[in-house]
Amino acid sequence: MKIAITSGKGGTGKTTLSTGLFHILTKYFNYNVQLLDCDVEEPDCHIFIHGQKSASYPVSISIPRINPELCTYCGRCKDICAFHAIVMLPAVGFIEVVEDMCHGCGACSYVCRDQAVVEQNSMIGSITHYDYYAKDEFIEGRMNVGVSLQTRVIRETIDHANQKSLVLYDSPPGTSCPVVAVVSKADYVVMVTEPTPFGLYDLKLMTETVKQLGKKCGIVVNKAGLEYEPLYDYIRDQEITLLGEIPFKKEYARAYSKGEILPEKDDRLKKIYINIIKSIMNGKAV
Amino acid sequence: MGKPFEIVVLSGKGGTGKTSITAAFAALTEKTVFTDCDVDAADLQLVLSPEVYKSESFTSGAKASIEREKCTGCGLCMELCRFDAISVKKEEFIIDEYACEGCGLCAEACPEKAIGIEKFENNRIFFANCRFGPVIYGKLGIAEENSGRLVSQIRQYAKETADTINAEYIITDGPPGIGCPAISSVTGSDLVIAVTEPTLSGWHDLNRLIEMTGRFRTPVYVIINKYDLNEDMSYTIENRLKSEGIQILGKIPYDESMIYALIEGKTICEFMPDGLLTREFEKMWNNLISIVYEQESIA
Ligand code: SF4
Ligand code: SF4
Ligand code: SF4
Ligand code: SF4
Repeated sequence: MKIAITSGKGGTGKTTLSTGLFHILTKYFNYNVQLLDCDVEEPDCHIFIHGQKSASYPVSISIPRINPELCTYCGRCKDICAFHAIVMLPAVGFIEVVEDMCHGCGACSYVCRDQAVVEQNSMIGSITHYDYYAKDEFIEGRMNVGVSLQTRVIRETIDHANQKSLVLYDSPPGTSCPVVAVVSKADYVVMVTEPTPFGLYDLKLMTETVKQLGKKCGIVVNKAGLEYEPLYDYIRDQEITLLGEIPFKKEYARAYSKGEILPEKDDRLKKIYINIIKSIMNGKAV
Repeated sequence: MGKPFEIVVLSGKGGTGKTSITAAFAALTEKTVFTDCDVDAADLQLVLSPEVYKSESFTSGAKASIEREKCTGCGLCMELCRFDAISVKKEEFIIDEYACEGCGLCAEACPEKAIGIEKFENNRIFFANCRFGPVIYGKLGIAEENSGRLVSQIRQYAKETADTINAEYIITDGPPGIGCPAISSVTGSDLVIAVTEPTLSGWHDLNRLIEMTGRFRTPVYVIINKYDLNEDMSYTIENRLKSEGIQILGKIPYDESMIYALIEGKTICEFMPDGLLTREFEKMWNNLISIVYEQESIA
């Protein structure tokens, strides 16, 4: 079973929840568990999960280079490039690929009849495996700074999931392409939100996305305790399972800021986390 | 003043209070055009309550699909696609719409011309007015890409609007992260405000954000939000930033009235006009203005 943990926006406690669930699953349940940090732009799970590094893989794409000696400036490559990544000025004998815009699709080299396009590997990120306790694993996908192909790094990270394990994906926030790349591969989606107008607005967008993808889902309300009824009205109206509520305390915020795993420190939280796991499992047999 | 001065508020991860802070500045400034480039979740409108007078659609990308009748099952498209978007199910070639990036290679290559590429226009741009001035914001269609181009387009419209009303500033609530949309929001802007929290993850995200903005010439100023949630950490962040020559614009204490203001759809400066937080924001805004004048006199 694969569970994606996501939120309409960052900062709602998504990473706290995924690392906490991972830790609790490891310690108190009998599954083989994997945590995949798919928030490759800002991977933060490593702050809370300290494993033993076991392997590391580069993520690279093929970026074309054009040899001006061989190029006849026919323009076929420029015309096919859907990402407008090729700049061509035949008058001055200039042709170049703008690396930042290139998706490495290979269309230009496919259409060039003059062998003027040569491809080279370019690293856009990395995937690192860590052992956690004896049987479990934490895998981090990380995009290089300045790269804009997050979805590619995410897809490769997801490919590292073990089919036999219970897999947790720490998804990027939002509803766009990178999020869908993760959520579409999950069997169950946990949406984290907070009881504020921003939280509710983002949750609505998220719910729309998850429903469109036809996924089972549940909600965790983080920083519960603030009086904001419209959020709960919405959850009831939509008939989405409320998996649990994590109360807000300044001590929690402080422990979080130091990179501590919250449910390990506090019995009440531990119970809440265990119940969240049980509710997810009831929603879908493993 | 000639060209409007463009300020972009970013936060690495989002959820650091970026939008509430942008809104607080909105209440303090004049002659400003606002944009919300957080196109995934355009939250600024919840505080500014803009009235939309115009909207337009914006290309969000393209997807390929196979016409079953024409396909002979040669498999060339599947072999060529670099995004693993094509697979065979029940002896039929199909394209995964979420994996397809619309590059068009398969359509070009298919010997039977069985593949079509369809463009989508699921992204929208809204033109609106609010009590503080014009607002331009975008909304990404679900699962859509090209948010970088959407961000560039919104900023372009903001500049045009600023020219017509002679605005001095453009304030942008930027997209989260450090990827394509965030890069598009920084390119060619005049000043970045990076909002962070005193947490280990806040600090990591801030570092990646500063590394990203370092590729541009835009100067960065940092606001530490909820600094009193971990004063030691705030202190460490401050010192490290100082040693790197990055200035702190201000520090904001944790205060639940930020949330209560939001629930009423107000900026903190309207909610508690005489409050300490409002003083703090006024101080920051005045600082900003002097930075702007300094920067413009150098330029
Ligand atoms: S590989 Fe694809 S995206 Fe890159 S330049 Fe060639 S056609 Fe354009
Ligand atoms: S297709 Fe080949 S020959 Fe034609 S412009 Fe591109 S690189 Fe040059
Ligand atoms: S290349 Fe064309 S004919 Fe061949 S499998 Fe693909 S769609 Fe079918
Ligand atoms: S358009 Fe490009 S990404 Fe989409 S299926 Fe065809 S080759 Fe693959």
